[in-house]
Amino acid sequence: MAKFFSPFSDRFGKSAMFRTGFVISMAVLALALAGYVHTPFPPNAMDEGAKLAGISAGHLLGTDHLGRDMLSRLMAGTGMTLAIAFGTVMTGMAAGAFIGALCGYFGGIFDEVMMRVIDTLFAFPSILLALVFVSVFGSGRIHVMLALGIAFIPSFARTVRGEFLREKNRDYCMSARQHGISHMRIIFFHILPNIADVLISSALIGFNNAVLAEASLSFLGIGVQPPDSSLGRMLSESQQYLFKAPQMALLPGIVLVFSILGFSLMGEGVRNND
Amino acid sequence: MIGRTAARRVLSLIVASVLAAALCGCAGGKTAKDSSGITIAIPQDIDSLDPHYMTAAGTKEVLFNVFEGLVKPDQAGDLVPAVAEDVTISEDAARYDFTIRKGILFHDGSSVKASDVKYSILRCAEAGINASLSAVKEIETPDDTHVSVILEQGDADFLCNLTCAIIPESNKEPAVKPIGTGPYKFVSRSPQENLIVTRFDDYWGTPAGIKDVTFKVEANADAVVMDLEGGSIDMYARVTSAQKDQLSDKFEIYTGAMNLVQALYLNNAYGPFSDVRVRRALCMLMDRQGVMNFVSDGEGSAIGSSMYPSFSKYFMPELNDLYETDVEAAKSLLAEAGYDSSSPLSFTITVPSNYQQHVDTAQVLAEQFAKGGVEVKINSVEWNTWLSDVYSARNYEATVVGVDASTLSATALLSRFHSKAGNNFINYNNPDYDKAYDKAMSSVDDSVRTECFKECERILAEDAANVYIQDLPCFVALNKKFTGYVFYPLYVQDVALLKPAAQ
Repeated sequence: MAKFFSPFSDRFGKSAMFRTGFVISMAVLALALAGYVHTPFPPNAMDEGAKLAGISAGHLLGTDHLGRDMLSRLMAGTGMTLAIAFGTVMTGMAAGAFIGALCGYFGGIFDEVMMRVIDTLFAFPSILLALVFVSVFGSGRIHVMLALGIAFIPSFARTVRGEFLREKNRDYCMSARQHGISHMRIIFFHILPNIADVLISSALIGFNNAVLAEASLSFLGIGVQPPDSSLGRMLSESQQYLFKAPQMALLPGIVLVFSILGFSLMGEGVRNND
Repeated sequence: MIGRTAARRVLSLIVASVLAAALCGCAGGKTAKDSSGITIAIPQDIDSLDPHYMTAAGTKEVLFNVFEGLVKPDQAGDLVPAVAEDVTISEDAARYDFTIRKGILFHDGSSVKASDVKYSILRCAEAGINASLSAVKEIETPDDTHVSVILEQGDADFLCNLTCAIIPESNKEPAVKPIGTGPYKFVSRSPQENLIVTRFDDYWGTPAGIKDVTFKVEANADAVVMDLEGGSIDMYARVTSAQKDQLSDKFEIYTGAMNLVQALYLNNAYGPFSDVRVRRALCMLMDRQGVMNFVSDGEGSAIGSSMYPSFSKYFMPELNDLYETDVEAAKSLLAEAGYDSSSPLSFTITVPSNYQQHVDTAQVLAEQFAKGGVEVKINSVEWNTWLSDVYSARNYEATVVGVDASTLSATALLSRFHSKAGNNFINYNNPDYDKAYDKAMSSVDDSVRTECFKECERILAEDAANVYIQDLPCFVALNKKFTGYVFYPLYVQDVALLKPAAQ
């Protein structure tokens, strides 16, 4: 197992794509993690005298329209966005993989019913589903995470189900069954590790979609609530000041692009290695 | 598989944005070619086309151009005859005799009759949005051109309520096919998109300067600068000071006041806010000048009660300084009320997301309140949600919003705080206030009335009914292709006065 997660192992090490993606992602992740430990200023602290200030020694990346330090907000915002994306993917993957595994392994009527439910869910655009969820249950980060997580279940469920259909008739499964090993053990300890490649690459790509989805929801004003920052909120707030303080839009934009680029390259790297 | 969906999503996004750009281009080109039309952006959709049932200030300011009352406000803040030609008020101010303007027509070509006036006033009273109209005892229509409004008791200030729209009795669908007597007549409306009106050529007064007017709903206030520069809109009446600084010299900026009472409105029925000590503490925690510096670059005017400076007769500047910013005093008040660092006061400010200045104000307030150990959460909601949850259902804790005056009278701002008022969205209930207000309403003598209204303002301020902030500065951006914008002391956009600039 360990070697799947060791990026420079023989398995992925040869892929230049993976390595580039890994470096970019780690840089973004470092920015976010640093934000959890220390920010130059409190991210929500306002400074009346420094509204829309440019780059200076005090504020390395300038300030926004309420005089809040851009670097601090960027660090906290990246952290917030990545945390929501992570939570989303985890929710979607855990539920999706579980449903997909059961459906694929056992088949039959349970499979039929579950897959039709999944199809229905799949037919909904994820942003729309999240919008409905947020308007019913209220906005805020936890709700956004849950809403997007639910929207992500179908794609994981389908991918995992397909893999299970293929794997369950392989020799190692047959022999495990003949040895009288329980179904649950076969599913989670024999088959699941064998489809880790697929899961990881799905998770990485799903992560990108989650980053974008959080940004869209916050941009629309229903995701992360003010005064907290997230990449989407920062972009949303920057619109009025595009010409006067372009750093307000450019900085979160750049971070957003790099986080997506990094994880995309990693995902592609994993997939191409098959 | 997921990858392909993502790619497809990105592709469709690109296609959509290219299409959107192309469409914007079309719209821009059209307005540029046809100088007889103007496109004015409005921050929210019209809530009703029925003049007697509309509640949003943003709707009234637009439909001011379509409907008129017996009298209507002018830019100086006086009431001038509109549908009526003249008015005689009896000695005890209980009887108002009107003569209907000769030859005045509705948009459908029929002439305005006394019966239409009676029908309209009764219908408006029935709608209940303007509670003052319930004082009407009887309406006499001796002939087609004379109307007498008789009140239960004398009210020297009643005329301002007769700005209520006069509509034809024959129109069975006033909410779908609005007909009035104003300088513009209704053409079409697309919900969430626009309202189109055109010049009414048989208008009794000075005809409008521009033929076709489109009020375009611009729910995303942030796109205003782009749209103005791009040419898809020609005018926006709510430009923020930040946006104003970004506009090119293609635009003339008119500066005035928004004429509204921006405050942190507190739901007085919500547990903690039923305690006056908590409300006062919030007033003391606020640094008004700080909020104004952040939100309006210090260009707003401070207010200390539900009255704004344009109402010079009633405005009391001394109330602005009732609460000095004093964090320690506020903390001890909160402690008295049972809130300290172990059980801090916490509440949620619900704020309409389409008004950037209110969202920003909420953020600044949250920061200032935090200094006194008060925890504030902000919940930004879409305008329709705000209207239904906060304004109608009163299901909120606190909200930042601006309240305007619909008529040129102190009652327009003060009536809502009467415990029996239907639009008392803050659930304010104070017998002293009711008494002062009722006394004002029952007295005919103007000086007594004014004194009573001032008493009402004082009660609101001393009771800290709300945390009063400011009357926001108003910047109107108008493309230099047009000219003639005029500010009113009310929330009104008089489009009829606009005209194409001399070539």
